[in-house]
Formats: sequence, C-alpha cells, structure tokens
Amino acid sequence: MIEIVIGGLVQILAVALGAPLVVGLTRLLKARLVGRRGPSPGQPYRDLVKLLGKTPVVSSTTSWIFTFTPYLLAATMLVAALVVPVLTSRPALGFAGNAILLMALFLLGTFFLALAGLDAGSAFGGMGASREVAVAALAEPTVIVAIFALALRADTIDLGALVERLGRAPSLALNPAHLLALAAFFIVMLAETGRLPVDNPATHLELTMIHEAMVLEYSGRYLALVEWASAMKLLLFMTLLANLFVPWGVPASAAPAALALGAAVLALKLAVLCVALALLETAVAKLRLFRVPELLAGSFALALLSVMAVFLVP
Amino acid sequence: MSGAVYGFAALASLAAGALGVHGLLGGTWTLAVPWLLPLGGLELAMDRLAGLFIAIVALTALPVSWYAIAYDRDARGGRGAYLAFLGAMIVVPLAANAMTFLVAWELMSLASWLLVAHQREAARAAWVYAVMTHAGFACLLIGMLWLTAATGTMAFADWRAAVPGLDPTTRHVVWALLALGFAGKAGVIPLHVWLPLAHPAAPSHVSALMSGVMVKLGVYGLVRVSLDWLGVGPPWWGVVILVVGTCSAVIGVLYALVDHDLKRLLAFHTIENVGIILIGLGAALVFQPVGAPELAALALVAALYHTVNHAAFKALLFLGAGSVLHATGTRNMEEMGGLARRMPWTAACFLVGSIAIAGLPPLNGFVSEWLTFQALLQNLSVARPALNLAFALALAGLALTAGLAAACFVKAFGISFLGLPRSEEARHAHEAPAAMRAAMVALAAACVGLGVGATLVIPALAAVAADLTRGAAVPIAVFGGVTVRVSDDFASVSTLTVAGALAAALLLLAVGVRLVGSTARARVGDTWGCGRILQTARMEYTATAFSSPFKRVFDFFYRPRRRLDLDVHPESRFFVRSLAYESATRSIFDDWLYAPLMAGLRHTTATARALQSGSANLYLAYILAALLLMLVLG
Repeated sequence: MIEIVIGGLVQILAVALGAPLVVGLTRLLKARLVGRRGPSPGQPYRDLVKLLGKTPVVSSTTSWIFTFTPYLLAATMLVAALVVPVLTSRPALGFAGNAILLMALFLLGTFFLALAGLDAGSAFGGMGASREVAVAALAEPTVIVAIFALALRADTIDLGALVERLGRAPSLALNPAHLLALAAFFIVMLAETGRLPVDNPATHLELTMIHEAMVLEYSGRYLALVEWASAMKLLLFMTLLANLFVPWGVPASAAPAALALGAAVLALKLAVLCVALALLETAVAKLRLFRVPELLAGSFALALLSVMAVFLVP
Repeated sequence: MSGAVYGFAALASLAAGALGVHGLLGGTWTLAVPWLLPLGGLELAMDRLAGLFIAIVALTALPVSWYAIAYDRDARGGRGAYLAFLGAMIVVPLAANAMTFLVAWELMSLASWLLVAHQREAARAAWVYAVMTHAGFACLLIGMLWLTAATGTMAFADWRAAVPGLDPTTRHVVWALLALGFAGKAGVIPLHVWLPLAHPAAPSHVSALMSGVMVKLGVYGLVRVSLDWLGVGPPWWGVVILVVGTCSAVIGVLYALVDHDLKRLLAFHTIENVGIILIGLGAALVFQPVGAPELAALALVAALYHTVNHAAFKALLFLGAGSVLHATGTRNMEEMGGLARRMPWTAACFLVGSIAIAGLPPLNGFVSEWLTFQALLQNLSVARPALNLAFALALAGLALTAGLAAACFVKAFGISFLGLPRSEEARHAHEAPAAMRAAMVALAAACVGLGVGATLVIPALAAVAADLTRGAAVPIAVFGGVTVRVSDDFASVSTLTVAGALAAALLLLAVGVRLVGSTARARVGDTWGCGRILQTARMEYTATAFSSPFKRVFDFFYRPRRRLDLDVHPESRFFVRSLAYESATRSIFDDWLYAPLMAGLRHTTATARALQSGSANLYLAYILAALLLMLVLG
C-alpha cells in the first residue's frame, strides 16, 4: 500500500517536473537542426517561474470559467499522470480507468480550454477554440480504433496490463499490424498535442494558429499553468506511445529500484522520441487547416487496417 | 390554478417514481380491469424493465413539473394534456396486453401532439409530428394484430409462450413492423424528421419530457419486442439496430453542430443519444444469439444506463434552454452571449449538463459511454469477420460522436453563455425564479450522482439485463465499493476516484501556485483587440463561424449552399452599401427520401381521385361490386 502511494507520488513528480524538459529538449534539437544555437533545455523552467511571479491580466468580459480552466487543465494532466503507465506498468490509479478514461480526461481539458477561448469574446479565441475542438473530435476515432487494435491482441484494455502482455510476447509487439497502429497513433499524437504538421507551437501568426490562438488571452500564473499542462500532455502522449509500442523495460512493481530502472529506460525512449519529433518538425511544413482532416482520415485508415489484420490473419 | 395542476403532477410523479423503483428492485404485481377496455380489457403487469422505465419517466417528470410551476404560469391552457401525457407515459411500460398498450401509446402521442399544436407558430411541426407518429402507430397496430392473429392471444405473457412455435417469416415481419413503429417514436434516422420540429416547438418543460422521456419509450418498445415478446432473434436484427444506431449517433450530432437554435440543437442531440443507446442495444442483440449472453447483458446494461442518463441531462439542458428563453425571449444562439455573468445558476447547471452529455468524466454520460465502449471492444468472441467489421465501425462512429458532441457543446455553452452579449435582450437577461433554479439544480445533482455513484446504479441495471437475457451472468463486478470491473480484468473504471483525484489536484494546484508564484490579484483589462480601443459583440466569433470547420470537413453531407449579395455604390465597386449573406445546409433526408415519397403519394392520390366522381350511381355500383366480390371470396 505504502509502496503504491510512494510510487504514485514519484510518478506524478516525474511527469510534472520532466514535462518542461521534454519541451526544452525538443526546442534545442530543432534549433540545432536548423543551425541555430538555441536556448538551453532548462529554458521552459525559467519561463514558468517567471510567469508564475507575474501579475496576471484578465479581460473584463470573462466569467469564472476563464480563471478556473488553467487549474482544471493542469489537474486533468496530473490525474492522467497517475493513470498512464509511466515508470511502472501498475500506476497508482490504474484501476480508475483505461485508455478511454484517459482520452476523455484529455477531452475534458480541451473542452474547458475551448470554452475559455470563447470567454474573452475576441475573434482569436473563438477561432482557436473552433479549430482545436475540430481537430480533437476528428482525432478521437483513430485513438479508439488504434487502442482497440492493441486490445484485440492482448485481450485487455487496461493500459498497464497491455504493456505487460505485449512485453511478454515479442511476436505481438513486432507484428506488422502493430506498426500500422503505431503509425496511426503517432499522427494522432501530433494532432492532439498541437505539433507540426497540424499546428505550429512556435508561431503566433494570426491565421495559422490553433492552440496558441485559444490561449492568447492568458497571462501570468494562468499562462504558466496552461503551458505546463500542454507540456505534460506532450510527455504523457509520448510515454504512452513509447510504452505501448516498445513495451520493454517497464517494471511491474513500484519498488524504489524498479522505479529507478523504469525512469532510466523511459528517459532513453523519450530522448529518441524527442529526436524523432525534432527531425519531423524541421522536415515538414504546416498543413493548411483544411488538409488536416485528410491527414487524420489517413491515420484512421491505418488504425482500421491494423484492426482488420487481426480478424483476417489469425 | 396552473400551479396546483403542476404541483399535483409533481406529487403524482413522486408516487409513480416510488412505484417504479419498487418494480426495478424486483417487485412484481399484475392488475386486470376487464370492463374498462374492449378486446381484452385493461391489463397491467410490473416487472424490472417496466419499473426502470416508470422510474425514468416519473423521476424526470418530478423536477420538470416543479419547474413548470414557475415557467408555465401564464400559459393559455394545455395543462390537461400535460397530465394526460404524463399518465399515458407511466401506463405504457405497465401494459400487459396489446389493447392496453396501444390505447396508452396513442393517448401519449395525442396528448403530446396537443401540447405541440397548442403553440401558435408550430402548425407545420404539429402536422409533421401527427403524420409521422401515426405512420408509426399504424406499423405497431399491424404488427401487434398480426402477432395476435398468429398466436391467438393479445396478452404479452402468452406471446412469450407461443412465439417459439411461430413460423420464422411471421416473426421477422412482425419484428420489422414493430421495430419500425418504435424506432419512429425513438427518433431514429431516417425517421427523425418530426423530432427537430416538434421538440423545440413545445413549451420547454414539455420539450424536456418529450426529448428526455417520450423517445425512451420507443427504446423501451425496441427492447421489449427484440428480447422479450419475440424471444432471441437472429443476429441480423442486432446488426440492423447497430448500424441504424451508429448512423443516428453520427448524423444527429452533425446536424446539431450546424444548428444555432438552442432547443433544436438539443433535439438533434436526442437523435444522437438515442443512437448511442441503440448501439448498445444492437450489440446486445448480436451477442445474444451467437452464444455470448454475458456480453449481451453487458451491452444491455450500457444501453439502459445511457437511457437513464440521457433522461437526466437532456431534461436538465432543455430546462436550461427554457430559462434562457424565459430571460431573453430568443432561442437563437447568435442573439445570446454573456449569460454566465447574468444567470450564474442557469449557466452552472447548463454547464453540468453539457459536460454530462459530452461524455466527459466524472459525470454520468461518461460512465454509460464507457460501458458501451467496453461492450463493443470485446467483440472478438464473435468469430465472424463481417460482424467484427460492423463492430469496429460502430466503435469508430461512437468515438467520433463523442468528440463531435464535445465540440458541439463547446459551441452551445460557449456562444450562449460566454463572451459579450450579442443583443439587447441578452444584455438585460435575468436569472430564473427560484422554483426553476431548484429543478435545474436537482437534475444537475442527478447527473453528478449517476456519474460518481455508478457502483450503486449498476447492480440494479444488471438485474434488469439478467432478466432480459434469460439469467445470463452479467460480467460486471463492483470492486471495493468504488470500482466497476468489466469481464474480470478486461477493464475497470472508478469515477468516484477520478472525481476525488481531480478535486485533490485542484486543491493542490490552488495552494501550490499561491506558494510558488505571485499572490497578487489579477488586474482587469480589456480583451486584446489588435490595437482597437472598443470591443463589441460584433467582433466575437459567432456560432456559424464556430461550426464552419465542420461544415467544410463534412461538406459532402451538409451540401452547404452559400449566397452572397453585394449592393455596391454606382460610382465604385469598392463601396459596399449593403450586404446579404446566406449559408444554409440541405438535408439529404428531405431531398432524397421524403420529397420523392411525398411526390409519389401526391401522384397516387391524384390518380385515385378518378374513383370519386361525385355520381351517386357510380357509388352504388361500387357497393354492388364490393358485395359481389365479398360473396365470391367468402
């Protein structure tokens, strides 16, 4: 019992404190790839501390939704950090829900953030909110079907059990159909976390913004919470991708030694993913907004193929 | 006067609710009054399924009637119809023979029709509703009489016994007729055309009952006919329901996305939610005959849970829309805005309803959608690739529906309640009176309770499902009092834990941010307007603009028609004097199904008019011919 509590606390701290590093590392790698020196990987921490210390400005048209949303958004990510198998395949709140709860938690955050975007009454906020929910809604079927493809092979939809069973049976994890689901999930990750080619996290160009337009009115501690939550979402999605599709090195217990091993292996996997993300983001341009649904439809087709492979190839 | 009527309705609902809960928990009784109705008399019977639906009807009607005390204070009548409507809906699930059922069913339809027709501007809505509901009634009548003729009895209990000996064709035809009639009442695509017309036209408390409860009796009928009266059917019954349910869910939410009439948007969401219920029911009907009765029971629990939940949040949302209508005099979202600051109670309740209907944790909509997902995900035990593909597509459809519903309620709540007021009426909106607020708060509490208290609700529903699947072991276990486990270790969920964890995290963050960061109060300023000084509601994003990405993505479905009329100054085309923009979507069901159908009907009736020449001699000849024909046939 005490081990589970400590394991949960360690996992929450790992996600909460590690998330800005993932963002910083990706930014540094991207800068290096295009020939800039780039900021140090610790820059996001300094940004967060600075924002937390500033007095926020809130629009006079807003309601309580606007100030409540950043807290709720960060809270959904902290709860999600206890549901996803991050350091161990038996996360503290693993019993409280599975992949579907996780997607619903993310959607709850998006729901409130989109409401907050509309709350200030500016055209930017509404534009961002409308686009963000459109992308999130269209990404939903792919996630469910990709998870379904995995659940079919492992006969469970519990995230931790999925990781354990796939890890025990390399023939399942190295199956070509598994790679189709991986590709589908990767595209969805890009869409859900607002990365290129769906959204550009580095731009504030009016007509292309999605996420940044929605949070344009935030400042001070509210902005810090929103940015921190976005970083945690990226980390959680990357972890999910890493642990579901490369299910090795995830310990099944929350003992200190096991957690340390899990953290080391995860750090390695995430570093590889950061490199992949940086490479991808320097290589592709942002898609026009109305081409995004085509990309998501493509990812859905991949996920469906992965499912059908199970039925047709015994 | 009207207060007394609605007060009585509330008390009667309370009593009926107790009756329903008693039935749900296993109480059974029968009642027969042979002289009251011809052909079989009035016969009532209580079982768990009937108890569940009576509880849904009555416990939704309780806050709704309470709300109506304040809402419908100066109505121009229609209170008698309200009572009749309520009474008929309580009798329908109890009916134990075809005669009782059909009379109660028709009374329910007529009373609700009166309530719609009572509104001045609702002539077309009432007409379409009358036609569709009676087409459905005709199907039910034919189906039930057919079954009566085939089994020789009108009593439902005897049908159960006689059906196994029935010829399969009769069974299929009767199922198709009855399913068609019930699906029409449930508002399933493509029989939905009456629903978005009739539900918004009725007064809001009646809309809440029609959308939250009446369509559920269509679901009740589908459950009864497919699992009870006609026994276990072939898998294709289930596939039909599954496909129709998926289409209803996706198409319902797509229509809701582009509709900016708040009440009509809610009506379209009723179609969506009935679709979700039917996905669960369809899955149950597929699982039952292929040898997976436990999964059938699981799917049925999901469907029934969503039925209960939808009654709670849809009634809540319609009452919320009623309060907005009461305060601003409009149903058009483009004329609302900023209501959260002016009507905080209504806004908070509407937000709870929005989160619930969008299927977001930890509220009730999430639990039932989660259960539906779990039932669909386990379809591998059905080893038939065609069925598996249907399940995979239903899964994808359900996921898309969930995402689009969340998007739609961002629009519904965000455009109506947030930002700046878009009209003078919205600027001067006032909070609803206390009785209306109390009703909404009660329903909001029900949404929260049905969500975090899932472990208390599920055993009762599991008992209903076990009855209907002939005693299958329902693969749902409550673990530790807070966790629901499905199929041993396949999946588990605990909304109470999630709610607790969210609350703890919120508290932690509120304290943590104060400790780490600045504690200064936020400065209040203007929204950033790119350097403009004055911000007006005209600069806000509108509901139309909000839904425009969806219009573009799904343009093959909406087939939008845009028209832009510019009146420019004669001297220069750069000076626009007036501008008219129109963007409308076209319904494929109106264009491709109902328009040809109506044209065909008109043509047939025009041809048939030749018979009615007005000549008495000719009519006498008809009578003679008919007599001769009967003699020959006899």
